[in-house]
Amino acid sequence: MQIEKRSRAAVVCLLCYFALPFLTRAANPPDAPPVILIQNATILTVSHGTIEHGSILIKDGKIAEVGTSIKAPKDAQVLDAAGQFVIPGIIDCHSHIAVDGSVNEGSVSVSSIVNIADVLNPDDIDIYRDLAGGVTVANVLHGSANSIGGQTVVIKLRWGLPASKLPFEGAVPGIKFALGENPKRSNFSIPGSTPRYPATRMGVEETIRTAFAEARDYKKTWDDYDKRMAGGDKKAIPPRRDLRLDPLVEVLEGKRYVHSHCYREDEILMLLRVAKEFGFKVRTFQHVLEGYKVADEIAAAGTGASTFSDWWAYKVEAYDAIPYNAAIMTRRGVIVSINSDDAEEATHLNQEAAKTMKYGGLTHDEALKLVTLNPAIQLGIDKRVGSIDVGKDADLVIYNHDPLSAYAVVQETLIDGRVYFDRKRDISERDAREKEKKVLMEKEKKAEEKKSGDKKPGEGKPVAGKPEDKPKPPQSNAVSRGAL
Amino acid sequence: MRSVLARRCLWALAFAVTLLALLATAPQMFAQGGEPQYFAIRGAKIVPVSGPPLENATVVMAHGVFTAIGKDVAIPPDAWIIEGKGLTVYPGLFDSFTDVGLPSAAPAPGGTGEGGGGGRRAAPTGEISRGPEDRPGTTPWRSAADEISLSDKRIDSWRNGGFTTVVSAPKGGMFPGQAAVLDLAGDRASEMVVKTPVAFPVSLQPGGGFGNFPGSLMGALAYAHQVWIDTEWSARAQAMYEKNPRGVARPRYDRTEAVLGQAAEEHILVLIPANNSVQLRRALELVNLWQLDHGDHVDGVIYGGQMAYEVAAEIGARKQKIPVLVNLKWPEGEKDADPDEKPSLRTLRFRDKAPSSPAALAKAGVPFAFYSGGITAPKDILKAAKKSIDAGLAPDAALRALTLTPAEIYRVANRMGSIETGKIANLVVTDGDLFDEKTKIKMIFVDGKRFEAREPEKPKDPPKGNMTGKWKLAYTTPEGPEDSTLDLDMASDGTLSGTTTSKRGTASIISGYVSVDKFSFTINIPIEGNPTDVVFTGTFDGSTMKGNIDVMGFSIEFTGTKPTSQAAAAVGSAIESRTSKESSVAGGAQ
Repeated sequence: MQIEKRSRAAVVCLLCYFALPFLTRAANPPDAPPVILIQNATILTVSHGTIEHGSILIKDGKIAEVGTSIKAPKDAQVLDAAGQFVIPGIIDCHSHIAVDGSVNEGSVSVSSIVNIADVLNPDDIDIYRDLAGGVTVANVLHGSANSIGGQTVVIKLRWGLPASKLPFEGAVPGIKFALGENPKRSNFSIPGSTPRYPATRMGVEETIRTAFAEARDYKKTWDDYDKRMAGGDKKAIPPRRDLRLDPLVEVLEGKRYVHSHCYREDEILMLLRVAKEFGFKVRTFQHVLEGYKVADEIAAAGTGASTFSDWWAYKVEAYDAIPYNAAIMTRRGVIVSINSDDAEEATHLNQEAAKTMKYGGLTHDEALKLVTLNPAIQLGIDKRVGSIDVGKDADLVIYNHDPLSAYAVVQETLIDGRVYFDRKRDISERDAREKEKKVLMEKEKKAEEKKSGDKKPGEGKPVAGKPEDKPKPPQSNAVSRGAL
Repeated sequence: MRSVLARRCLWALAFAVTLLALLATAPQMFAQGGEPQYFAIRGAKIVPVSGPPLENATVVMAHGVFTAIGKDVAIPPDAWIIEGKGLTVYPGLFDSFTDVGLPSAAPAPGGTGEGGGGGRRAAPTGEISRGPEDRPGTTPWRSAADEISLSDKRIDSWRNGGFTTVVSAPKGGMFPGQAAVLDLAGDRASEMVVKTPVAFPVSLQPGGGFGNFPGSLMGALAYAHQVWIDTEWSARAQAMYEKNPRGVARPRYDRTEAVLGQAAEEHILVLIPANNSVQLRRALELVNLWQLDHGDHVDGVIYGGQMAYEVAAEIGARKQKIPVLVNLKWPEGEKDADPDEKPSLRTLRFRDKAPSSPAALAKAGVPFAFYSGGITAPKDILKAAKKSIDAGLAPDAALRALTLTPAEIYRVANRMGSIETGKIANLVVTDGDLFDEKTKIKMIFVDGKRFEAREPEKPKDPPKGNMTGKWKLAYTTPEGPEDSTLDLDMASDGTLSGTTTSKRGTASIISGYVSVDKFSFTINIPIEGNPTDVVFTGTFDGSTMKGNIDVMGFSIEFTGTKPTSQAAAAVGSAIESRTSKESSVAGGAQ
């Protein structure tokens, strides 16, 4: 018993030594030094041009000063960014990271009752990976299985903080719509189950109309009730609060942004018409791969367009997509952003933006705007993020090359003036993490052996050999275990 | 002369009848649990939990309650005295969240085709649910107290393992029903009920899938929120309507709202699932979100709690403490894991630190109790509790989490949970420290009825025939007919080992034995990501077998044949090829 206790204590000590540096990372946010000075960098402000050999002074999470010669105040942490580039944090306008469980409530056509904000998962490693790609803000959306999908939320990728600290304070909440093949699913059926309405594009339109007609009536019952209460009527029984229709009423009142997934020009125009009829605005079209065909109409409606750089033909409604989409819409006066819709794609949005220089001839700064200031405007958060201006949040990304270069690699990502991703530190911590993994696996193996050692001979499996010795099991076995 | 004879015969007859009657009832008096209601355990170590342990003390029980406890208490003359030298007496143990006593979970009557509480998707029994108004998976009127089945073998095995009391709830759906406190003894099911209802467990498993609302976690959360909103509205609307019905459209009646509204008035506990840190923090917010009439919040209790080591301080910081029921089935690696697949560091840390959660909760001042979770053998429950002691929990605190604290949480501490005069006489008597592996449980008292502990079933009689070989099993699950192969190896003393292969993968037999022609063995397979015990019991005859498969409260019949060696090889390869075909489909759909 004594020896056991001692070796156990030794393992625990070892664990603590290795665990301490980064037990903090996942559990606590990074340090927030009150003052940081980034100096000697090429600053791409996005809002007012480039500053060579520039400096940014960060105080209490905000950009306090931007210029060419800022003296480091006492106690400031200095980040020397000589030869490096600083841009505002990248904003991904279409993301599905950090969601606990399914991103779709696909059982019903109108699933506005669900809210992504209820199921934010701060432990999703994709948050960290997207940070490593320079993303600081993500518009986390419901999936596209429903004509009217669930409520959405804008988050800052504050890796290490709990779910309650991720949402972007004050950002207008959103709701996801989807048009076209995904919500109508006419070629997707589960044997034995009734296909869900709608199965056509006209059905999608009808679904949206009916939902808003219901919402309008629901709003009226509440307005009538409020009037009666104001008039002193105590008898009135309040209407039942319907969580499905509440967000639609907010859309009608302009308090909730509509982000609509769409592809084809006909459905784009359809939604603009329906919105006009019911008196609400579509905030952004998402994907909008045929947006170039109806760019003038989108611009006239004041709706933003958030699209891919060059994805096309992966389904019939994407056949007419062209990589010039973003550039054409920009030239026609639409506020355009480029998004990822994918955790991996989000790690190189800087390069996706760069593609518009080749396809469409956007300038360097116009291209950079597509992943910084434009998505900020679309999400209504441009007063706080999207460019490097005094007073805005210190959401910054430091690259080793021009961010629109294929050679650019993120060195540090800051949010609210804290370094949430540091490439050098990540590399230096890898060995320690591997060691900790080995220690924990050894510990488990020992416990397992001790357990099977207690069994009678003849019972239980023989102790497994070293992983390298055991032949690799046939592929089907491994997959079938995971198939459950 | 004849009359005297006749009278004597009548007397003889009367005497014989009386004797027979006495003989008939006599076994009752000395059968298990049917003994005299007066007991005294003299000279034992008594651990009351509500106070410090007493050495060489006596406890007296009569009519189901403790009548005296102490060093020199008077023992009534008609008490059955048990010499307690070398024995330790603890309060009967509490399993604070299970479904022991309830038969296999049938799909909820009147509910739509939602899955069971364990997440297993049942075939749609009724209409598809198209939204919260269809009340999917919602049967809060079901009461555990009404559904007790004495044929549940676990009543016996839990009691034998020292558990005198359980809190059992129906399983199936998001609002499966009402939990009751049950004492594990009684000739009639109703005698087991100590208090009902005590809690409404909630499950956030969306059993829906595509086509059935809810099909996602956020759907389940939104649904639960809507249910509480509707309940609150209903209570208010009904009250207002009753006062002034004229000229007002009548509020609709909904059974869920009625039942939950009643429960809310009585401040019945609501059990909220939360195991990892994200769920735990979310649960704290849900308690605030699920409001009732007059802004009252639900009385929440968290169940799961295995990552409490990260969140304990936050739970403890709340003004109104939320108790936590800790699942003792600690996370473990899969038994047949691919050795090349390395688990993530986060998973390794979780498995390593989970048993330290109770200690963290204790430190943060959060009341917590233990429950069996997915553990199927009561002695494993105590082993798991011991693990939490090894990870830093004080042994007294561990004992309290199995006795007085659950009684306090469920508001029955005024009548059970500790050895105090007047409380219900539930005891477990051991020959040593409860958490020591070598300790044996000697006897159990439930409601003052005595039960001798039985040794675990070992093969008593040699097996009749040899079960070794490749068997083909066939059974029908809620998902349809299935088959699997069973590669059995029977040792000469009847111990079973081997593997099963089915569309769910391969699993080894953890333990098993054969006795004459009866067999039983247990495997462990992941179901929806959680390692779950599956028990096969039955009889065999030569090369055929039949019996029952018990998993997560379901009991499925199965048959098995042992084909000749050639046929067995063909069967084996058939399963292999189907496995790979199915897996490619499943992989594609991901």
